Amino acid sequence: MTPPLRFQPADFEPISAGPPTAAPSRPSLSYWQDSWRRLRRNRRAFVSLAIVAALGVFAVAGPWIWPRDPAAQDVDQISQAPALPPTAAIVDPYTPWAGVTAEPPADGPRWEPASAGPSVTNLRLAEPATTQAVRLVWDGVEGAAGYVVYRSVYDPAPDRALGLPLGDTVGAARVSYEDRLDVEERRYWYSVVVLGEDSTERDAYATLVVEPVRAVSAEEAELRGWVADASRISPGDTIALPYHPLGTDYLGRDLLARLMHGARVSLFIGVVAPLLYVLAGIVVGSAAGFIGGRVDQLLMRFADFVVALPFLLFMILFKVAFGIGPGESGILPMLVALVLLSWPAAARLVRGQILQVRQEAYVAASRLLGAKTGYLVFRHMIPQTMGVILVTLTFAVPSAIFTEAFLSFIGMGVAPPTPSWGSMANEGIRTMLSHPHELLFPAFAISIAVLAFNLLGDGLRDALDVRMRGRE
Amino acid sequence: MLAYTVKRLLQGAATVWFIATATFVAMHSVPGDPLANQRATSEEIRRNLEERYGLDRPVIEQYGIFLGSMLRGDFGISFTQENRRVNDIIRENFPVSATLGILAVTFAALGGILWGALTALYRNRLPDLVITFLVILGISVPSFVVAALGQLALVNLNAAVGEPLLPVAGWGTLRHMIVPSLVLGLGTMAYLTRLMRSSMLEIADADFIRTARAKGLPPTRIFLKHQLRNAILPVVTVLGPAIAAITTGGFVVELVFAIPGLGRYFVTAVQQLDYTVIMGTTVFYGAFLVVMVIAVDLLYGWIDPRVRLE
Repeated sequence: MTPPLRFQPADFEPISAGPPTAAPSRPSLSYWQDSWRRLRRNRRAFVSLAIVAALGVFAVAGPWIWPRDPAAQDVDQISQAPALPPTAAIVDPYTPWAGVTAEPPADGPRWEPASAGPSVTNLRLAEPATTQAVRLVWDGVEGAAGYVVYRSVYDPAPDRALGLPLGDTVGAARVSYEDRLDVEERRYWYSVVVLGEDSTERDAYATLVVEPVRAVSAEEAELRGWVADASRISPGDTIALPYHPLGTDYLGRDLLARLMHGARVSLFIGVVAPLLYVLAGIVVGSAAGFIGGRVDQLLMRFADFVVALPFLLFMILFKVAFGIGPGESGILPMLVALVLLSWPAAARLVRGQILQVRQEAYVAASRLLGAKTGYLVFRHMIPQTMGVILVTLTFAVPSAIFTEAFLSFIGMGVAPPTPSWGSMANEGIRTMLSHPHELLFPAFAISIAVLAFNLLGDGLRDALDVRMRGRE
Repeated sequence: MLAYTVKRLLQGAATVWFIATATFVAMHSVPGDPLANQRATSEEIRRNLEERYGLDRPVIEQYGIFLGSMLRGDFGISFTQENRRVNDIIRENFPVSATLGILAVTFAALGGILWGALTALYRNRLPDLVITFLVILGISVPSFVVAALGQLALVNLNAAVGEPLLPVAGWGTLRHMIVPSLVLGLGTMAYLTRLMRSSMLEIADADFIRTARAKGLPPTRIFLKHQLRNAILPVVTVLGPAIAAITTGGFVVELVFAIPGLGRYFVTAVQQLDYTVIMGTTVFYGAFLVVMVIAVDLLYGWIDPRVRLE
């Protein structure tokens, strides 16, 4: 038998608050502080964040630092690979050349009918080769009817053709040729073939490798805007030409400038489109989640329909339906099409989150304590869903960049001459075999941006996931 | 099960109707005249052409005719290629796209499961790190870049060998199909590898694996019979969307490798404003995707009895 309980008035006195047994050793961290701390500890995500920031600087500040018009053509440097700053030698204005007439050396080879040879000997330059003119001289062949001069940009190995036939000379004594045909600063193989008496070409040839030096006259340099005043330079000087650090494309446009302006377009679409459609998704999703019932069913069924549309086909259809007027870049139609087709995923996500949070005990407790709907939304619902939304947003950026690049690549994206990474890759693929840099730079930019946003998304997901707290 | 199938098919039919309507609305709000590049030289010829394609009727009536003939499986006559039926165009070009897509999906699924299982097996060791790096690369490099680089590599490979090992472009024999389907499947394979890896690691901690180990089963048997088979299930769920992405995303590969598939045809049709071909192709693709997703869902219920189809 337990004795009956007896309460004294003293039992109902409040207990005095003694010294706390254990005080928290560190200040408490808010959700976002904790997430930031964990993101910073994730090295991969943090490097990605730095790359994303660098890309932002590249797009925003780049065109200020490198103020070159992305549409301006440099016709002297077309499809130029990345190289050191080009220079040009100042020379005297072009003067006609009379050429060289010399009898073939008496002890030299003689032309014989019915033989493959002989070829000319001692093929040489009459004066240093420049882009103004390449002047060739050789020792003639006795009995030749003339000579044919060929030019090639490849080594005429035995099985290769000699290249472009530049012209021919008449008579065995006419032993010079002047090439002024669009000479560029690159390596050329000049070949000279002997013409027989019946004007048939012999098989044998002599080849000379020539690397012309880029040269302009002072007047021409001023005309092209390379120097301010022609009278201040004289033949023998060297001037610097417009520099393209990443080279130029097939129209001679500066690749670095195009890459920077392209970053503006690609990243603008890549960031703004997800922002807009996630926002649309939040509106639709929270409406469906809060109101519920008929409205919820209607909105979600509509979302199901939109998800079922073949995405890329409809991107193209909508792009065409909105049309691009003359002089427009086509960025706006692409944004609208992206938002129209992409909101359902975000809406479903937000709706699911809201339905889930509504069930939570702390929301019920808050409501029990008299919290109004507005307070519930801003204090409990939005902060709870914010993390998930942020992660969705981060993962939506690379897919939007992909979509833009894809559409521009098949020629359905931004209209030329507006550069975007996708349209640059589209243009670069045409010259892929001879000038791969025109494809590789934009492709690299797209890949780096997508990679950085993907890894950042991974890191954010790990950092914002509340269940990961304290598990490090 | 039967009730569920019927319900899904009805939903699918509604979805196809929605796709058709959206296509119709989008097409009829396109600025520009579909007869502009035709030989509508005089008013009379134009009137005749409009009558032939039904463009002279009110839009709502055109919509009715469009839905009606679509129900009978007739997508009309092409605007740019005279007397060519859209059905014939689809019949000729879709098998090419489908072959490419099936090969790509097969390659992606097999590769994804294999690499995913390998990375899980060698967790945090060299093979895992290498494959994970390649996977990140595969997800981040756009398909057209992969296609272009694949073609470039092929050109150089053929030049190095001295004889055409594999054709650089075109379609016809199995040799033509290898590189394009590899390129097309690569992105999906990377995605599936990632999925398979996390799925394998999750299963590795499951109770039944511990039980199997406690019973003293050989590790190979546990790996193949208990872990791998269960880990494949989540991969099956994403196969539907993967097939969708691959078949409609195929047109870049078709463009780069000059493959006469439906995707390439669609791009040309859009450029030429060929109304009937655009609408027919879109509705056909949409219906195809809906059927694929339903099929994968049903398949999933059959593979995994725990999933209740309702």
